Amino acid sequence: MSETILSLRNITKSFGDNKVIKGIDMDIDAGEFITILGPSGCGKTTMLRIIAGLENPDSGSVSISGQDVTALPPEKRNVNTVFQNYALFPHMNVYKNIAYGLKLRGLKKDEIDKKVKEALELVQLPGYEKRMPDQLSGGQRQRVAIARAIVNDPALLLLDEPLGALDLKLRRQMQVELKNLQNRLGITFIYITHDQEEALNMSSRIAVMNGGVFEQVGSPDDIYERPKTRFAASFIGDANIIDAKIVSADKECAIASFAGGSIRVCGSSLKAGDSVALSVRAERISYSDKSENGFDLEGVIERHSYIGGVLKTAIKLKNDQELTITGSNPTASYPVGSAVKVYWDPQFAAIVEGGA
Amino acid sequence: MRRRAEKNKGKVSPALWPMYITTIAFIVLPLLYIVGISFLEKGDYFGVKNVVTIENYHKIFDPMYLSVLWESLKLAIITTVLTFLIGYPFAYCTAKLPVKWRGMVRMLLMTPFWLNSLIRLNGWIILMKANGVINTVLQSMGLIEEPLQLLYNDGAVIIGMVYALAPFMILAIYNSVEKLDWSLVEAARDLGAGPVKAFFTVTLPLSLPGIIAGCVLVFVPCIGLFYVSDLFGGSKTMLLGSLIRNEMLQARNWPFGAALSMLMLIATIGALQLYKKIAKTDSLQGIM
Repeated sequence: MSETILSLRNITKSFGDNKVIKGIDMDIDAGEFITILGPSGCGKTTMLRIIAGLENPDSGSVSISGQDVTALPPEKRNVNTVFQNYALFPHMNVYKNIAYGLKLRGLKKDEIDKKVKEALELVQLPGYEKRMPDQLSGGQRQRVAIARAIVNDPALLLLDEPLGALDLKLRRQMQVELKNLQNRLGITFIYITHDQEEALNMSSRIAVMNGGVFEQVGSPDDIYERPKTRFAASFIGDANIIDAKIVSADKECAIASFAGGSIRVCGSSLKAGDSVALSVRAERISYSDKSENGFDLEGVIERHSYIGGVLKTAIKLKNDQELTITGSNPTASYPVGSAVKVYWDPQFAAIVEGGA
Repeated sequence: MRRRAEKNKGKVSPALWPMYITTIAFIVLPLLYIVGISFLEKGDYFGVKNVVTIENYHKIFDPMYLSVLWESLKLAIITTVLTFLIGYPFAYCTAKLPVKWRGMVRMLLMTPFWLNSLIRLNGWIILMKANGVINTVLQSMGLIEEPLQLLYNDGAVIIGMVYALAPFMILAIYNSVEKLDWSLVEAARDLGAGPVKAFFTVTLPLSLPGIIAGCVLVFVPCIGLFYVSDLFGGSKTMLLGSLIRNEMLQARNWPFGAALSMLMLIATIGALQLYKKIAKTDSLQGIM
């Protein structure tokens, strides 16, 4: 129902011989909070700069609110950016920084005053108008940078790892504030991060980016529980990847075997002889004396480590592959060295390669 | 540590003696000598008489000398403005070059300094004199009938000054433009400023320390650079630098020459103070 704010069509970009963006398509609806999640060097900042108009794509098109803006310079796009290093103008005080975009639009003085005041209240820095950027803490600069961008009421707000330089506590607090701000303003956010926690916590949709392409786009739940690629599975959370071969299949489920043992796999159109790769989240795996769900998988407990509220266990399978398992029960019922049977509910294992 | 620091208070480390000795011998004493003779009377043939007077300073206010001072200031201001107008675009473009080219351009900029500046200025005379390169070319192209009077006027002096001092302006501005955080310019563009607006609201103000440093580096020597006006201005333009030289070497009026030198020193200190104030720094790092 909601209108499409941003359409990217087959965007590519190279720097010299280095292909940074290899064909990206995406549609973003008004009011969404999209996170582009990926390791450093995956092209996510370049993608953002192309949307902002700070970089021209080699091919493809960018449309904002239905208008093709591919050839427009940044100042002609109704998009504002919160830069990674904040990029506050050091020679202007907070007021002038925030008023910069408003002045360019030719607003009247009292109107600018009012909007700057409102923006500062939104980011919880009322009364900071006269401060210079070098008199602010990192978190305060971050807020001013956000105020400077949102005061222009953009159709799209781009945020390039805005919390990267803050400490963990402040980062968590800012995550909540940003999310609230976005709900209140209804502005579409495109947020870049390499921090999976941030991505899962804030986004309405996550685009997992690697090597210049989106590996998977989906809700946080989708991305976490149903990763579609090996990379998407391993970049987010503790995932165990198992490569196996289907030995026998019935309608929906199949038995697959690999050097470590045999497991049950569920998914559509699995045929005997197919190779599949499965991703199983660490917290979905169980182990005990007796196998369940038609599994035949044995291992030896290598180590337990208590990581606050959660017990992390490593189990070595017969093929020397190590599985990571997390459980909320902090007491280790099986000591290190004991042999156990390992199994999980097949519906929680995602097929990341092979099958359909 | 603290006790040692207290014990050494007022003492000068022997390692610093050479510095103090050279500073005193070559800077402090000559300066005191100039200050001293500026308050004495002129000797009959040369040198000074031991009569204390402020007549030398009084004489500066003679309209003739005031006009020399005014002409010198005017020329220094024009030269500074011109070197800025030429230097800024040059420095800006250099700072925008790929890194490997920047060093090359800076090298080319410094290379002429390996030659004596008098020789370089004589090169300009070959270009600009009545039967020089420019006039010959223009005449052979039929653009002019008579040779143009390019030398021995104020214009020629300005060209010479700009030529001699532009590299200082360029290097000073280059240093501050090169350090500029270009993401600030991107932020300005992102907030709706066109390239020109972004330049005037962000790039230019942020390169102000370099601009001021460049202006000081050009303005101060410009007041004292006497050989340019001697070579290019003939005898028509008298500037403060030439006047001091004349008083010292030709008129043999050392006390008056010394008083004029003090005037120049005060003007220089004034310019540096202005720099510190505008650039909001206590160090002269941008200049030195």
